[in-house]
Amino acid sequence: MENREQWSSFQGRLWKEEVNVRDFIQNNYTPYDGNESFLEGTTEATDKLWGKLQELFKEARAKGGVLDMDTEIVSSITSHKPGYIDESLKDEEKIVGLQTDKPLKRAFMPFGGIKMAEQSCTTYGYEPDPELHKIFTDYHKTHSDAVFDVYTPEIKKARHNKILTGLPDTYGRGRIVGDYRRVALYGIDILIEEKIKDLNNCGCGVMTDDIIRQREEIAEQVKSLKAMKVMAESYGFDISQPAKNAKEAVQWLYFGYLAAIKTQNGAAMSVGRVSTFLDIYIERDLKNGTITEKEAQELIDHFVMKLRMVKFARIPSYNELFSGDPVWATLEVAGLGSDGRSMVTKSDYRFLHTLENMGPAPEPNLTVLYSKRLQDNFRNYAAHISIVTSSIQYENDDVMRPVWGDDYSICCCVSATQTGKEMQFFGARANLAKCLLYAINGGIDEKTKQQVGPNYAPITSEYLDYNEVMAKYDTMMEWLAGLYVNCLNLIQYMHDKYYYEAAELALIDTDVRRTFATGIAGFSHVVDSLSAIKYAKVKTIRDEDGIAVDYEIDGDFPKYGNDDDRADDIAVWLLDTFLKKIKKHHTYRDAEPTTSILTITSNVVYGKATGSLPDGRKAGEPLSPGANPSYGAEQNGLLASLNSVAKLPYTWALDGISNTQTISPDALGHTESEQISNLVNVMDGYFDQGAHHLNVNVFGTEKLIDAMEHPEKEEYANFTIRVSGYAVKFIDLTREQQLDVIARTCHKAM
Amino acid sequence: MSITGKIHSCESFGAADGPGVRYIVFLQGCKMRCKYCHNPDTWNLSGGEEKTADELIQSALKFKKYWGDKGGITISGGEPLLQIDFLIDLLKKAKEEGIHTTIDTAGNPFTREEPFFAKFEELMKYTDLLLLDLKEINPKRHKELTGFENSNILEMAKYLSEIGKPVWIRHVLVPENSDFDEDLTALGDFIGSLSNVEKVEVLPYHTLGKFKWDNLGIAYQLEGINSPEQERIKNAQQLLGCSKY
Repeated sequence: MENREQWSSFQGRLWKEEVNVRDFIQNNYTPYDGNESFLEGTTEATDKLWGKLQELFKEARAKGGVLDMDTEIVSSITSHKPGYIDESLKDEEKIVGLQTDKPLKRAFMPFGGIKMAEQSCTTYGYEPDPELHKIFTDYHKTHSDAVFDVYTPEIKKARHNKILTGLPDTYGRGRIVGDYRRVALYGIDILIEEKIKDLNNCGCGVMTDDIIRQREEIAEQVKSLKAMKVMAESYGFDISQPAKNAKEAVQWLYFGYLAAIKTQNGAAMSVGRVSTFLDIYIERDLKNGTITEKEAQELIDHFVMKLRMVKFARIPSYNELFSGDPVWATLEVAGLGSDGRSMVTKSDYRFLHTLENMGPAPEPNLTVLYSKRLQDNFRNYAAHISIVTSSIQYENDDVMRPVWGDDYSICCCVSATQTGKEMQFFGARANLAKCLLYAINGGIDEKTKQQVGPNYAPITSEYLDYNEVMAKYDTMMEWLAGLYVNCLNLIQYMHDKYYYEAAELALIDTDVRRTFATGIAGFSHVVDSLSAIKYAKVKTIRDEDGIAVDYEIDGDFPKYGNDDDRADDIAVWLLDTFLKKIKKHHTYRDAEPTTSILTITSNVVYGKATGSLPDGRKAGEPLSPGANPSYGAEQNGLLASLNSVAKLPYTWALDGISNTQTISPDALGHTESEQISNLVNVMDGYFDQGAHHLNVNVFGTEKLIDAMEHPEKEEYANFTIRVSGYAVKFIDLTREQQLDVIARTCHKAM
Repeated sequence: MSITGKIHSCESFGAADGPGVRYIVFLQGCKMRCKYCHNPDTWNLSGGEEKTADELIQSALKFKKYWGDKGGITISGGEPLLQIDFLIDLLKKAKEEGIHTTIDTAGNPFTREEPFFAKFEELMKYTDLLLLDLKEINPKRHKELTGFENSNILEMAKYLSEIGKPVWIRHVLVPENSDFDEDLTALGDFIGSLSNVEKVEVLPYHTLGKFKWDNLGIAYQLEGINSPEQERIKNAQQLLGCSKY
């Protein structure tokens, strides 16, 4: 590439030879060892805009959550004219761009499925234009229609009975993070040139299926890039060239992200690892004296304000799965470089500081890439933010860096992906607790009494025998793994075909690596059930058809969550066994299979569909979320629980192992400085053992109960809590989910 | 044959009983009957699970990674000094493993009489820090509140000062029971006369332990008494001179 004036004073070579943002970052960032004392508060503009936005959020809540919806325009990168938080304040907005023409107005996005798009309108009292119905049923097929065309009866039955659950067959799969930094560093024209080179170099000239598909995909990507320029133009910016200063860098980057959220309503729409990158531009401007710290913070505040506004039209069943209207605009800070230098810059502080400047918020899903080797100052500041806001999560950079390098992003709640190099096929979950019940009942669903799994011989004895259960569970899991991969192959194929993520993939290398993300639901309950069968006596209670529908346990048994190897070894076995079964199967586009233990708030819905289990959990009760131990199982305190989860090898669940813990402030120490230092010690100890993820909430159960009873209190308007892998405003959860959160263990002072 | 202790329970995460993150061992048995006790289930002298020091040390070491440079183990209760032979064995072995050791005690068993005193002297060799509860300075009120006089407890505080053993003094502030200006002032003076105090903490009374009394079928002694007001907490902190330590 030819040298550009916008790159003056930037170091390094490789990133100028090829599209390579990582190389640019490593050659140009300035690590920051100091503390938070340099940070600035809000500007007048920030206060005004945030004040206006707070009013809009309140108005939306009064209307049942949705402020406004588009019913006429099919959303695309260029579908809407420019929109602003407030027309009269538009000059105050340092970073501009909305998903539609008005703030918090939800776009109409039918490509995932027209029925869902319509239903999400009618649920909130909006009538979509009938012409759209005609277009997307008579003239154009959607992802959802296509998937249901090819589903087998067996898959449909498994889906209906919710042993496979939360599948992205009626909504966008999401989880693809465009390298939005590329827009800022290179400008759109260079990116188009590079993609056209790829198009011309695609294959040897023989038109195989793969090559034809790839050519079409690149062509779509180029169209998206061109559309991004048009969209930016409508806001008065020319993004064909590289950004020349910090303000442009933030704006260009945001336009890239905006293109993604205008075209995809995926389950997770992450922003990526942008803090260190943006800091390079801010540092240059600070050095040149063209920006002040106050202005730098303002840019970050305004950018974050935009990320707090991202909304999608959703159907009620989606909201049950993913409660509180999350979008997973996940954004990472910190981490270490492969050379051992900390990647913490002043901008990593600035992003966390937005939670002080504008109060706690669930989005963006701020994630600290944690290592004991990060500076004490930064670890302490992050702990302080956790204690004050409960809005951030931690992921272990020391286990992720060896696998994904030092420029990965978090593409969903907790899953890592190499920025600009990879994409993920999101595949929801298999309910392994239900699978255990199928093993006992010979493939008959305990709720619907349908023969869903293969009709293997059921267990007919009164008391469950461990060896017999294990043998039957193994074969039933074998069946489920095969069916699950098949089902996901169909879904991903159709998503590529009918709802291709051109805007995101335009900002990812053409030669993309794909991962195939499966997931496990009901993890802790399977572990405790098998432990109960092994160490206590479990009696089956059968209905008139002989189906085991409940269980009586006689005697004590070790439970996962107490650092007891007898139970924890079963947990490790379960993960290993399931992953190995998944890996046996062919995956679409030869994606690399991974698995996860990270149910979201969906643990409540999954629980409803699951009968009583041999661990004592009754039918319909919520499953424990993610890799968390079961409710009430933790008998030896927080650290014993953390030790159990830390035993699960991250490399066997590369898609993530989520763990959510709530600590009452009193239990964390008597003063804030004690609390900070103790929380840092907890994380150091946990992550040092190779654990993957930790959500930290610092509040007591009393506060949750009060917020549930008095959601109208001003202090609860922005009260944010971490649930499995994301954050929500507590008052946005359904009552059922609030009760579920309250029921989870809160670690208190003894 | 190693000595066993009677253990009520263990908590892997204690962050409010001594410096840093700590493993807390609650020993079974206490003779005091403090009206505000939040662990009445530890009173019974004959209950608890028998465990050896080695077993406890092995359990505690599983959490060493969380202790950082300040944390360690705290032996609480119950009243740990009632099992002084076991306590010596436990803390001696903990020190061999390089663990920071803290005893959380109300001092009730303390006496300068033998055979206790010699044992206590030995125990202090393996103890890095004591959290000493001074519940009331006024002997009469102390007796009313706990069932016991406080002279030996104050004697213990003086002894620890003589040998220069670090202590954190703790005072549970209960409205109408241990929140009297004249007593707080006197307690502040007493603490001021000691040379080994690293920290003075006012612990506001809370009712979180009440359900345990109900479970045990014991009539709760402080029915109708609420947690102290912020202003009284500040007052106590001032009179005890908390900021000086």
